[in-house]
Amino acid sequence: MPQPPATAPEHPPSGERAIETRGLTKAYRGGQLAVDGLDLVVPRGSVFGFLGPNGSGKTTTIRMLMGLIDATAGSARVLGQPMPAASRRVLPKVGALIEGPALYGYLSGRDNLWRFDAADPVADPRTRGERVGRALERVGLGAAAGKKARAYSLGMKQRLGLAAALLQPRELLVLDEPTNGLDPQGMREIRALVRELAADGTTVFLSSHLLDEIEQVCTHAAVMARGRLITQGTVADLSATVLDSRGHGRLTVTTPDAADAVRVLKEHGVTDLQVADDRVTGELPACAAPPAGPDDQAPLELADLNAALVHAGVRVRAFGTARASLEDVFVQLTGEGFDVAG
Amino acid sequence: MSQAEAVPRRPRPLWSLGLLRSEIGTTFRRWRTLALLAVLAGVPILVGIAVKIETGGRPGGGGGGEVGPAFISQVTNNGLFLVFTSLAVTLPFFLPMSIGVIAGDSIAGEAHGGTLRYLLVAPAGRTRLLLVKYATTLTFCLVGTLVVALSALATGALLFPLGDVTLLSGTSISFGEGLLRALAIACAVALSLVGVAAVGLFISTLTSSGIAAMATTVGLLITVQILDTIPQLDAIQPYLFPHYWLSFADLLRDPVYWDQLQKNFGLQALYAVVFGSAAWARFTTRDITA
Repeated sequence: MPQPPATAPEHPPSGERAIETRGLTKAYRGGQLAVDGLDLVVPRGSVFGFLGPNGSGKTTTIRMLMGLIDATAGSARVLGQPMPAASRRVLPKVGALIEGPALYGYLSGRDNLWRFDAADPVADPRTRGERVGRALERVGLGAAAGKKARAYSLGMKQRLGLAAALLQPRELLVLDEPTNGLDPQGMREIRALVRELAADGTTVFLSSHLLDEIEQVCTHAAVMARGRLITQGTVADLSATVLDSRGHGRLTVTTPDAADAVRVLKEHGVTDLQVADDRVTGELPACAAPPAGPDDQAPLELADLNAALVHAGVRVRAFGTARASLEDVFVQLTGEGFDVAG
Repeated sequence: MSQAEAVPRRPRPLWSLGLLRSEIGTTFRRWRTLALLAVLAGVPILVGIAVKIETGGRPGGGGGGEVGPAFISQVTNNGLFLVFTSLAVTLPFFLPMSIGVIAGDSIAGEAHGGTLRYLLVAPAGRTRLLLVKYATTLTFCLVGTLVVALSALATGALLFPLGDVTLLSGTSISFGEGLLRALAIACAVALSLVGVAAVGLFISTLTSSGIAAMATTVGLLITVQILDTIPQLDAIQPYLFPHYWLSFADLLRDPVYWDQLQKNFGLQALYAVVFGSAAWARFTTRDITA
């Protein structure tokens, strides 16, 4: 079948999975499990955030998905085909940035892209110059294309790595910490680029330790800790999980009368009260969440709680529940901060 | 790829050649490669000047019977002999050392820089990448040898007279035929390096440090060269890759003695097969974690 000079990747029937793993496991020498029975499902067309502290097995997973390392047990399918068996068919449709960019320092930015493109069996050498130029423009490196890569800043190297992933129209982009080393402006540009690619129908698998970044661009997310998958689903569902168990999330009251506020709130069933300067935070009682609990007490209305505070003479500057951020989700699920796993 | 029509973009049939061209271009644009070639080109110049100074430019002043590299006594009579001398001088160490650098760095250097993972997810294909790396190393063997030969020819032509060539067997051949023999010798020397290139490639697949792979290859080369000179080890010497290297001199006989040359080529082919297979077995199953 002759291939038309299409610019958009083929859109397979919906419901297919861009990435699917079953019991994917990697044990390194010495028996330590870097990845332990991973069952990951990345829907096509999603922007999938892959979260976890350093050392939680994210990069090992990505390397197994890309056929760079062999799984000890389990299987992985990428774009519907088994990996690494179908590498030759799958990988041309996948753009990847794995553990930061790696470049030939003695080659210019443009020549680096030429080289990576020459390694792609389906890349047409006749359109190479044009595609390389477009990829460079897309990441904002057009002006620096002739400079030796060794003279690039980390941010520029990151951009060049991204450009290499964008040499062809891709069905799946695997981006491991894509905004690493970029300044805030660069981060915004990359996020805009990711959204743009996702809008074109490309599935984006994004690993990051920047939780707000994931929250800003991702539709789905998975959380890993110590080689295991803790949870996965849509970002909205993940936030909801936390909300359900906590009512509306954590109550925050800003007041100069912190001690009084704590007393009043305790009387109304708020638990886990913490005071930091003029901020009082606490857990709302479970029955505060709609639907109403079956308790004898009527569901606690937040406005009533505020009225009670004011009534007791507590001067309230601010009152409200903080929306659960992905960071809250993460901390609750892993029971730890965003630190290196032991 | 039997169901090529099911794949949206088909691999191009000549794609491997494109990858090879990219690899050769990348290798020969590196300053390190050019520096190696410059060193190789410098050896014949040094030898030529040394001979010129030593003999005071008197034709035939070298005399016979002195100890030195092969053919060196003939150089003052015929500049073409500088080609043979230079190849004899560079074959034991300079040439294989530079091959060790290129071959040792081929996979390990990419792994060290991290570019290996991007070539593999491109996807270059492990077997193909290995073949391309080996082919590039062999190209360097040929180019390195030709650089020595051409530099020697130019130096010889500048410093010494050229003319008919007296072969080792005493017969005389024309200068033109002498040039052909020189070319044949250069090819024989390049082929002699096939084995060490395969050894270097195999070592390169074992590590993620280009420097370590280069040093190991060169160290191994020196060890083997030493073993080849210890008389007590004559039982194993026919299996050492440098053992028949100097057999290229047999091309300067009339008729040519093929016995040692054939043994040399057979041995190089054996090394290429054994170490090439080992490199393939290692590289295709290796976890790329760098």
